[in-house]
Amino acid sequence: MDAIGQAFADLERYFFNIEILRDTIPQLLPALLVVFEILFLSLLFSFIGGLTLALTRLVPLRPLRWLVGAYVDFFRALPLLLLLTYIYYGLGLFGSTTGLRFLILDPIPAAILGITITYSAYSAEIFRAGISSVPHGQMEAARSLGMNNYKAMLHVVLPQTMRIVVPPLTNELIAMIKDTALASVITTPELLFRSREIMGLKANPTPLTAAAILYVAFTLPLIRVAARLERRYGKGARPVGM
Amino acid sequence: MDQPLIKLEGVHKRFGDLEVLRGIDLEVRRSEVVVVIGPSGSGKSTMLRCINGLEPIHLGRIFIEGIDITGSKTNINQIRQKVGMVFQQFNLFPHKTALENLTLSPMKVQGKSQSVAEQIGQDLLAKVGLSEKADEYPGTLSGGQQQRVAIARALAMQPDMMLFDEVTSALDPELVADVLNVMKDLAREGMTMVVVTHEMGFAREVGSRLMFMDEGVIVEEGDPRVMIENPSEERTQKFLGMVL
Ligand SMILES: Nc1ncnc2c1ncn2[C@@H]1O[C@H](COP(=O)(O)OP(=O)(O)OP(=O)(O)O)[C@@H](O)[C@H]1O
Ligand SMILES: [Mg+2]
Repeated sequence: MDAIGQAFADLERYFFNIEILRDTIPQLLPALLVVFEILFLSLLFSFIGGLTLALTRLVPLRPLRWLVGAYVDFFRALPLLLLLTYIYYGLGLFGSTTGLRFLILDPIPAAILGITITYSAYSAEIFRAGISSVPHGQMEAARSLGMNNYKAMLHVVLPQTMRIVVPPLTNELIAMIKDTALASVITTPELLFRSREIMGLKANPTPLTAAAILYVAFTLPLIRVAARLERRYGKGARPVGM
Repeated sequence: MDQPLIKLEGVHKRFGDLEVLRGIDLEVRRSEVVVVIGPSGSGKSTMLRCINGLEPIHLGRIFIEGIDITGSKTNINQIRQKVGMVFQQFNLFPHKTALENLTLSPMKVQGKSQSVAEQIGQDLLAKVGLSEKADEYPGTLSGGQQQRVAIARALAMQPDMMLFDEVTSALDPELVADVLNVMKDLAREGMTMVVVTHEMGFAREVGSRLMFMDEGVIVEEGDPRVMIENPSEERTQKFLGMVL
């Protein structure tokens, strides 16, 4: 009995130390801003990247389609942690020995680049599924009204795709939030990295709990939003006349 | 204007090994209403889709107002503006209101201003009896209403001819008449039309010619009133016996 009581006391002291929590959370707010910065830019770039990749797959040029397919498969398979390491340390080393200094990236841009590369591949699949779920008759109707492929895509197919991809993209954002923590391996001053620094200073792992609280606090509402969106759009924009 | 609006010369179309059109010759003159009938799979839809350039053909030539649309230099998007098409499944744009369905292409393709396009759109919605539905989304309209919007949408491009592919087959029986009436009005106004349908009443009333297709060829054609009573080919006879 005594051993169990001791175990709980230790847990509280090392992981849920209220004083340290109160101390740490304000110190972590700048790191939270870094997370927001990475998220905002990675989300924006991977949206554009994913959409571009998905549209490129529709171009009737076999080699191009194959190339995009290979990109998507490769970066979905490659662990993001390794990609970040290659970008930050690998490219950096290459840059400093060859003198190509633009290859030496700061941690934050390196993190944004890595996350964008990986998540563009994920989004490309989401957009592809979204585009192909718009009934073929929509494209035909648009073409029969004299629209060229580009206009039909822009005014008819893509607007319908957007409704379909909102729930899966929201889920992707949730995964991305957690994946920003991987950037700590390349010394990005984000939540996990900073909390580990503070953990070292305090000789107590409670700062990790502070980080956990912050991650959960701003991911949880998004999870609720995603579930709502899924209920609203999930069945897809009901194809008309089917 | 003696030149036919639509002219097909020995048109062949294959899907893989399946030869769907096997030498179609057809001429449609201004203000003619050609009604096409035939069993499922005989190639009726494919023929319409070829006329509209939605399907490439393997052999033969297709002329729209004298322009060879099978030629590689032809701007098919320009030709399509002259040819309106209405589909069995309506294919309205679900993210646009009825009026927006009508104004989209005139604005984006023909460069009409919003006010001009809306004026044309409102007039056409009135013509198909749906003025009060202008701001409704397709999902809230009945099948018959959707199909009338689809007809109006095609007309909004001010085409010289219209193609109809079994536009009443997906409708509940009580909604068919409204759509057919819109089409009959169009025919009486002198619109050039190719209509795939099994509505023999429509063929009798406004058809200038009836064509029976089977296995990718035109088996028989003639005056609908004569042909329906007195088909000369046995296959036509059998088929008419089934749909009448
Ligand atoms: N995209 C396609 N790919 C392969 N085969 C096709 C395609 N479109 C049509 N076909 C085939 O071509 C043949 C003719 O089809 P089509 O749709 O023109 O017939 P239809 O006369 O319109 O029939 P229905 O009365 O059922 O509409 C059918 O055997 C059909 O399966
Ligand atoms: Mg058909």
